[in-house]
Amino acid sequence: MSFPVTRYSAVRGASSADRGERSRAWDVLAAAYWQPVCKYVALKWRLDPADAKDLTQGFFAAAIEKDHFASYDPSKARFRTFLRVCVDGYVANERKAATRVKRGGASVCVEVDDRIAASSSLEDYFRDEWVRSMFAMAVEELQRLCDDRGKTIAYRLFARYDLEDEGRDPEANYRMLAAEFALPVTQVTNHLAWARREFRRIVLDRLREITADNEEFEKEAQLLLGICSN
Amino acid sequence: MLELSDRNVAALRRVLEQPDSNGRYHPVREIARGGMGVVWEADDRELGRRVALKILPFGAASADWLCREARVLAGLEHPGIVPVHDAGLLADGRAFYAMKLVQGNRLDQAVAGLTRNQRLRIFQRICEPVEFAHSRGIIHRDLKPENVMVGEFGEVLVMDWGVAKLSSGGPETGIIGTPQYMAPEQAAGANDTVDQRSDVYGLGGILQFLLADQPSSRPLQAICKKAMAQDPRERYATAAAMSADVGKFLEGEPVSAYRENPFEVAWRWMARHRTLVLLFLGYVVMRALVLYFLGR
Repeated sequence: MSFPVTRYSAVRGASSADRGERSRAWDVLAAAYWQPVCKYVALKWRLDPADAKDLTQGFFAAAIEKDHFASYDPSKARFRTFLRVCVDGYVANERKAATRVKRGGASVCVEVDDRIAASSSLEDYFRDEWVRSMFAMAVEELQRLCDDRGKTIAYRLFARYDLEDEGRDPEANYRMLAAEFALPVTQVTNHLAWARREFRRIVLDRLREITADNEEFEKEAQLLLGICSN
Repeated sequence: MLELSDRNVAALRRVLEQPDSNGRYHPVREIARGGMGVVWEADDRELGRRVALKILPFGAASADWLCREARVLAGLEHPGIVPVHDAGLLADGRAFYAMKLVQGNRLDQAVAGLTRNQRLRIFQRICEPVEFAHSRGIIHRDLKPENVMVGEFGEVLVMDWGVAKLSSGGPETGIIGTPQYMAPEQAAGANDTVDQRSDVYGLGGILQFLLADQPSSRPLQAICKKAMAQDPRERYATAAAMSADVGKFLEGEPVSAYRENPFEVAWRWMARHRTLVLLFLGYVVMRALVLYFLGR
């Protein structure tokens, strides 16, 4: 059996010699990771949202300027892990620099570090926020796709049924939606099947973009699909 | 950017997990989940029946593994082994195969309330497909109560052949099986030496499980002990031999795994010929009574 080959990897594109390619890759990576990085920075360093936002902005700007991601080696870790380590290094340096200016503030980082949960749970937090961000992007893209193709109703059904899944009996929910949208049940299920297929495709396409190779893609896909917890 | 709640994320995860076979199989509900994948109950819309879809995680290795399991099952046509209907890739690239949906319970859930003899008969029916697989050069390697289903009509099915060893199989590394039911040679990772006696060890574990809350019996304990001997040469050579010993116990005959003392021989003989013994005792009592009254 063969699996889809990685079509385009922004992780690889980020260190491309081609400026346009590099710029596009950075856009993709920033879109996928901006939110999780910002939330992670706020939690780990106990920062208010505005400071976390500034640091995140600074991190991506520095990474672009200094081409940080060119040193990423897929054989050593997932890109997500690599990125988190880069963020930690960047924020630590920034805080050290700020401490030098203010004097006497060096202990803050250590105290905060001691108080927060173990690094593994922080990693889980970063992963969960990354999943949230991936899903949010995919839902937005699905909505755009539905609008473009005149399938607004498919998106509305998806949003009502799949986004707000309350674990009720599926058949009863289909009937309820059919009544609410004045559609036959078969059309409801057909619309939902289409929207779900597109949602899966979008998520996996985005995932291919932000992973370096097929191996990393498969690992992350396993994680997103909830089957393996590597 | 759209802000999703934890509930939204969990719901979307469920959407992603749902199998999409491009139309033929419509997922109904998740039945089971394990390290080797997820099993869904699904509607086969082409043939209008319910099936079980086994879906493996992403990855070429997993797909190969699933294909292998599907091929193993397809080659094992036996009433005690679930038939495979179809195999392939889902729209998202995950491998799946469709098999008969078994309505019933896992062995560990099905035996509550059953008598010892009923459990032993179920055990004998577990041995049948295992013996059949052995005759085709296939070793299950993960026999345990969780991998046996007892259907609504009492049918017994051995499931999960995903880690089966084929006589024609290629190189394998690592430890395969479930620790509690794993033969020592499996635990040692000596996959080359794993043979049908390793499955006999697993059957011994199942028998032990079935008898755990039952009255103790030395012959049955001896059968378990023999099946689970550390040295494979000391175990039953085949699943059929083990089943035959259990059958002997059920028939009140001596089992090969246990040497009885004269008292046990007599007791077993009496238990087996209960009617005769009762008639004889009745006769003795009557005779005694007659003699007693005649003597007065």
